[in-house]
Amino acid sequence: MKGFLKQLKEGILDNNPTLVQLLGMCPTLATTTSVKNAIGMGLAATVVLIFSNLFISLLRKFIPKQVRIAAFIVIISGFVTMVELLMKAFVYSLYQSLGIFIPLIVVNCIILARAEAYASKNKVLPSAVDGLAMGLGFTFALILVATVREIVGNGTFMGLSLFGDGYAPALLFIMPAGAFLTLGFVIAAVQKIRNMGQDKERMEKLSKLEEEAEKEETV
Amino acid sequence: MSFTDILLLMFGAILVENFIFSKFYGCCPFLGVSEKPDTALGMGMAVTFVMTLSGAATWAVYHFLLKPFGLEYLKTVAFILVIAALVQFIEMFLRKFIPALYASLGIYLPLITTNCAVLSAALLAIQNEYSFVSAVAFGFASALGFTLAIVVFAGVRGKMEFSKPPRAFRGFPITLIAAGLLAMAFAGFSGIRL
Repeated sequence: MKGFLKQLKEGILDNNPTLVQLLGMCPTLATTTSVKNAIGMGLAATVVLIFSNLFISLLRKFIPKQVRIAAFIVIISGFVTMVELLMKAFVYSLYQSLGIFIPLIVVNCIILARAEAYASKNKVLPSAVDGLAMGLGFTFALILVATVREIVGNGTFMGLSLFGDGYAPALLFIMPAGAFLTLGFVIAAVQKIRNMGQDKERMEKLSKLEEEAEKEETV
Repeated sequence: MSFTDILLLMFGAILVENFIFSKFYGCCPFLGVSEKPDTALGMGMAVTFVMTLSGAATWAVYHFLLKPFGLEYLKTVAFILVIAALVQFIEMFLRKFIPALYASLGIYLPLITTNCAVLSAALLAIQNEYSFVSAVAFGFASALGFTLAIVVFAGVRGKMEFSKPPRAFRGFPITLIAAGLLAMAFAGFSGIRL
């Protein structure tokens, strides 16, 4: 249980696939025009991640090393097709608004990266949990970017109007340029927070050294 | 479909609906391999080569293999396999017959299988019900748009190396913001109705 929580924290915060590892930029930029789309995209990718990790881990001893990438892609695209058909059947409006980005989950680098770096080397259960953790991390990042873009660019959150009729939305943030700018600022904020941790340690070390130096001087 | 229609389609694919700046297809190599103009051009040329050929190959697979058997829903699986096989084949062909070209493009080729620009060009050509010639022209023109974007951006990044942004913005964030400013410039083309 403790290991499970640790893996989750690793995927969502410390080693977030989008904000820290900087993978999977295309869907992060393209599907974050509204929070609803972001959640849909994130969950679809999470489902694919869990099952592809699970099956690649199950088959890891049977797949020859030389053709592993091709084998991974076939497994991943199989699950993507299943998710695509399910979404077409049950959440048609979401399927339409995400459009071509659902089949493009196949070439999402996060999924192939986790297959190669984790699932092909670890046991079945931890691999499935890794898929869940990384998928949730991806979803979290998408929601973060989409929240900024939807509130600033459209004045709404999850379709609910926040500022009333008088608000003139900054359309730029819904446009492609706004995607690059918002993601840039969000990742800068993440780097700032990570730097703060390092800065604190460095300051503590410095002040300790200074104290010691002062002590030596007084002696 | 007349020749002017194909020219208009290509113009639209290169500038108005640029793969990077208006559609976000192929952003990973765009952000990853755009540090120097030469490598960016190499990547762009390799992508152009693969996308033109894969445009033809996936169109043929869809219309002669999947459609007659009612297997349209398998197009994602089939296309990614065709693209992977094609990339592998091109790599072997170049290594054997055109070593000079292999030396300059070789290192980029394996990366292209998972470049979403290639798969999305193939899928869009089917979705928009293009004819064979339009599908190939669309793949070629979209790849030219990709090359244009990545080479221009490499030039911008070269200038950025001499600037000193705040510490939190160094590296990836400032690159994204520069891309955002370029995307604004490209948004100017969206006013053109074809």
